[in-house]
Amino acid sequence: MSTWQSFRSLARAMFLGFRRDRGALFFTVLFPLMFLVVFGGVFGHQTSSKVDIVEIGAAPLIDGALAHDADLRKTMKVTRYATSAAALRKVEKGDASAAVEQRDGTLVVHYSAADQVKAGTVRGLLGAVVQAANQEASGKPPTYRMSDVQVEDDSLKAIQFFTPSLLGWALASAGVFGASQTLVTWRTKGMLRRLRLSPAPIATVFGARVAVSLAVAMVQLGLFLAVAQLPVFGLKLVGAWWMAIPTVVAGVLAFLGIGMLIGAWAKTQETAQSVTQLVVLPMAFLGGSFFPLDDAPVWMRTLSYVFPLRYLNEAMLNVMGRGLGPGSALPQIGVLLGVAVVTAFIASRLFRWDAS
Amino acid sequence: MAHTINADGLRKRYGDVRAVDGVSFAVEEGEFFGILGPNGAGKTTALEIIEGLREADEGTVTVLGLPPWPRNPKLLPRIGVQLQASAFFERLTAREQLQTFASLYGVPARKADAMLEAVGLTGKAGERVEKLSGGQAQRLSIACALVHDPELVFLDEPTAALDPQARRNLWDVLRQINTAGRTIVLTTHYMDEAESLCDRVAIMDGGKILRMGPPATLVRGLDAPARISVASGVLPLDDARALPGADEAADDGVSLTVETRDPSAVVAALAARDALTGVQIRGATLEDVFLDLTGREYRA
Ligand SMILES: Nc1ncnc2c1ncn2[C@@H]1O[C@H](COP(=O)(O)OP(=O)(O)OP(=O)(O)O)[C@@H](O)[C@H]1O
Ligand SMILES: [Mg+2]
Repeated sequence: MSTWQSFRSLARAMFLGFRRDRGALFFTVLFPLMFLVVFGGVFGHQTSSKVDIVEIGAAPLIDGALAHDADLRKTMKVTRYATSAAALRKVEKGDASAAVEQRDGTLVVHYSAADQVKAGTVRGLLGAVVQAANQEASGKPPTYRMSDVQVEDDSLKAIQFFTPSLLGWALASAGVFGASQTLVTWRTKGMLRRLRLSPAPIATVFGARVAVSLAVAMVQLGLFLAVAQLPVFGLKLVGAWWMAIPTVVAGVLAFLGIGMLIGAWAKTQETAQSVTQLVVLPMAFLGGSFFPLDDAPVWMRTLSYVFPLRYLNEAMLNVMGRGLGPGSALPQIGVLLGVAVVTAFIASRLFRWDAS
Repeated sequence: MAHTINADGLRKRYGDVRAVDGVSFAVEEGEFFGILGPNGAGKTTALEIIEGLREADEGTVTVLGLPPWPRNPKLLPRIGVQLQASAFFERLTAREQLQTFASLYGVPARKADAMLEAVGLTGKAGERVEKLSGGQAQRLSIACALVHDPELVFLDEPTAALDPQARRNLWDVLRQINTAGRTIVLTTHYMDEAESLCDRVAIMDGGKILRMGPPATLVRGLDAPARISVASGVLPLDDARALPGADEAADDGVSLTVETRDPSAVVAALAARDALTGVQIRGATLEDVFLDLTGREYRA
């Protein structure tokens, strides 16, 4: 009886068991995805939209500027209305930033004071358009110039942050819950002693469970990436994003280790469940799954170092969000593997086959 | 050649409870061995020590010449165990369950269907284990114990939850396995089952073996009277008491029962009086031996 065959059939049995468990499917796969959709949707649209301007009749000054300047077309969107009443209503309702009409040499700008930032932006923008037109009309070269250079944006977009960190939370809860519940359920329901009577080495039994967890984690990773890359959310995978795969493996091993530790120690399913909650939720908050630790107070950042999830999140952010090189995840992978080894070792010391 | 099972002076305590208190016995290859005893007698504990699930506090045991404790991978493929409490992989169907257990022993998955057939679960092959009835689950658990055709089979109350049909069918399965040369050890509360299946039984109580031997020998050793009963009223009670060979007689309104150590004399006398309506003759059974040894009080 080959160990490999035992391993395969055990893994298959456990995977089928997982796939048929609607509750587990929901909480490990669907629930975190819902968070991603909600968080990505709510915080993902902070990129400012174009300045909306309505023309009342023709405004050659603006049309001319738009025709010349491609950059301006990126910042301004112009619609033309025939009557001023309709155009002004759009501004009043906040659907447009300003309504403009050109009376010979004068550009009249109607704006609403309800949104000061919008009003300021549109007035500045239109002021610059008028000034440029004046200067061109004078035919003299300008005395002062501005030269602008774009700086790469270092701040994370919402989706770049939420994809890896919500995935981290999903992996942590799936891993810790999965391992602790499996171990306690198998022990209390007598499955462990039944397996003990089979010739399958105990390492094979647990190896199969780990393999199933890793497979499920890869599905979670795939789904997260697929959803985050949808045009609405707009995640772009660049550089060393593939380092996410070994990072996820290391993270899952660490969480399974923690789960086994809880499962080996806890006597009942209820205890295991509550302790798991007590570990996973604070870890998700303080490990930076729901908000970036960069903005958190110092004490919180310091505390975060005790949570393995912090290292997973950090490594994933480095390679998926910040676009750093593959080496940027290695220290964290090391920490996670260390956690896995230590917790698995303690769990094996506490391990009991029998409930009594 | 060593015995298939050799248990010597086994003891196991749980706090103040002496669950197994000096149990010794041997089981030969090909034997059908039964352990009887009231609830809490220590049957399961003794069995689990022999299977290698529990460590004895004292005593030694070898199974197929090997020590079962600690977990012995050389021994495990050669024994099959049905535990008193069934345990299964969650959310698998009966067939998947058996296939998984089969593959743990390197047995081809198609053996699963033959086993389902043997325990009469073919119609439930695609049903998840959670949806099986108590007796069906127990039959599946027995099938899981037998799927790799072990040399030695342990069954802890295999027929406890079975209906009469399933019970008789399982007996046939077990007899076949035993005839094929396999050794079987089972516990049961059914005396008829032990009498009909077992070559030898051990009657346990309070962690000790009180009596051991072939069922027929134990019954004979009891020297209990035979009971002859006829329909109530065919004969006055006093006449019955005065029959030649009669020791005692009683009439419960349904039957008139005569206890005797000379059944042929009593039957002849009844026949002479033409009083054989509804006659039944019962010799002592294993149940009498059991009750004689363990008393009639409830056990904790
Ligand atoms: N794990 C345990 N912890 C504490 N006491 C136990 C344990 N297992 C069994 N016992 C005690 O040991 C005694 C023997 O139990 P055991 O299960 O061997 O009885 P049994 O003969 O199999 O009974 P049954 O016919 O009810 O199955 C009982 O008094 C029981 O309470
Ligand atoms: Mg028992």
